[in-house]
Amino acid sequence: MRGKWPVLVLFLPPALLLFTVFVILPMGEAAWYSFYNWNGYGLPSQWIGTKNYELIFRNGAFRTALINNGLIIVISICVQIPLALWLATMVSRNIKGALAFRLLFFLPYVLADVAAGMIWRFVYDGEFGLVAGIWNFFGAAPPFWLADKQVAFYAVLGVIVWKYFGFHMMLFIAGLQAIDKSVLEAADIDGATGWQKFYRVTLPLLGSTVRLSVFFAVVGSLQLFDMIMPLTGGGPSNATQTLVTFLYSFGVMRMQVGFGSAVGVVLFIICVTLAFGYKRIFMRND
Amino acid sequence: MTEAAPIDAATTASSGRRLSAGTQTYLYVSMLIIAGIVIIPLLTTALGGFKTLGELRGNPFGLPAEWQWSNYGNILTSQRYWMQMGNSLLIAGLTVFLTLLFASMAAFTFAHVKFFGSDFLLNYFLIGLMFPAATAILPLFIRIRDLGLLDTYWGVVLPQVAFGLGMSILLFRNYFKNLPPELFDAAFVDGAGYLRFFWHISLPLSRPIIATVGIISFVGSWNSYILPLIMLNSESKYPWPLGIMVYRGEFSTDWQLILAFITLTILPTVIVFFAAQKHIIAGLTAGAVK
Repeated sequence: MRGKWPVLVLFLPPALLLFTVFVILPMGEAAWYSFYNWNGYGLPSQWIGTKNYELIFRNGAFRTALINNGLIIVISICVQIPLALWLATMVSRNIKGALAFRLLFFLPYVLADVAAGMIWRFVYDGEFGLVAGIWNFFGAAPPFWLADKQVAFYAVLGVIVWKYFGFHMMLFIAGLQAIDKSVLEAADIDGATGWQKFYRVTLPLLGSTVRLSVFFAVVGSLQLFDMIMPLTGGGPSNATQTLVTFLYSFGVMRMQVGFGSAVGVVLFIICVTLAFGYKRIFMRND
Repeated sequence: MTEAAPIDAATTASSGRRLSAGTQTYLYVSMLIIAGIVIIPLLTTALGGFKTLGELRGNPFGLPAEWQWSNYGNILTSQRYWMQMGNSLLIAGLTVFLTLLFASMAAFTFAHVKFFGSDFLLNYFLIGLMFPAATAILPLFIRIRDLGLLDTYWGVVLPQVAFGLGMSILLFRNYFKNLPPELFDAAFVDGAGYLRFFWHISLPLSRPIIATVGIISFVGSWNSYILPLIMLNSESKYPWPLGIMVYRGEFSTDWQLILAFITLTILPTVIVFFAAQKHIIAGLTAGAVK
């Protein structure tokens, strides 16, 4: 085919330019700014070495955010993924209404995080919300979970499971469809019970889907921001900060460009390390 | 519940045995409980919008004693609701258009044109898949400010397009690569150039992947919050997720109004989801499964 230069000159630059200017350069600049004390005006001039990084790791809210991000991953693995898998096996059966249930379970995933967060702020509201309604019904004084340092993050975790289990369920449905049915029929003939079939045949064959699902839980945890803002904004007393809300409250809100950029760099390193490490260790053969 | 009728034989994964009544009961009870947990917050939100604040306090679950249509009516006749929907639509529309255009063009060169450094460049774009936009949000803010794009739609659209390019290019490239190579040979014999091949053969054959990339970038942009939050100042430019937060700030404890507002803002999503569920589910999971 003739003339490959026109197509290269015409087709590559727009994407390349946008990507470089708005993705790669800002990441590089974050690394640069992170060594300065800078409010974003003029040029960064006050070099403070690794001070910003020291401040980050000495910051209690940052540690809370790290732990919270870890907790999201733990809950995803221990609660969300088993729930998603359990539901996937149910809605994959030949029963009436299975497709309607599938749709319904996927619905929260389609809603905006902000809307979901706001809806659950209402649900958890101790005066007008559903939790208040239930507690009042039993004649108990309703709790204000989102205002309670000890429980607020668990309440947030509940919303995360509610919002995202449907996505993982869809991954598992796709995984189940890919399983050769003759294998299950063979197990039937051998007299395997339902549980045996699941544990010994289905689950091992779903290995790659489980690993993918965990991968998305990890990536999703590191991005979580939109849902936290309407629920708690990171409070009370920073109890529900995640890495991104921490970056927002301590970097963006206060226009601490140097400090915020350093948080961004730390987040970047965590993302890349986890993504690479996880793919290397668990997804080598997928 | 005695007859287990196959709904869609092609998409079920269990072996064909008839289920016992006990198993069926167990299945339906479990699914109904989960369905309740999913739907009750949504239904009570929509119903709450029809109540008075006093009634919400005493009866957050039930039907409203008197339907307060004015809660919804006032929002629907307000300028802000339609303005925010319009802003979201405009931002999402521009994002989808530019993502499709730039990603398909770049992917085409990766799929069909052999040139020095093409592997390197593709991997360069894939770096974008590894970290969220939030990591570099402050330098991004400064760049947008210095370009004079702060408080403009472009200040939101361009970064959104840029961050979507990695995944979109990957999806397009894989699709282009899987088109039958005979097409390419035939076009070559006919003397068609790359540009004509792209426009008249590759793109028309790529409707499924155009739909997938379009859906992923539309939903992402329609729901996005952090970029508009940082780049936009004027309320007249706010997309709806930002609008919800402002509305909530204004009517802090008037939950009945906030609930009506939430319901109306998520209504388009819910309607479109049920109308085009197959495409949307396929689109949103395609990026994951590839």
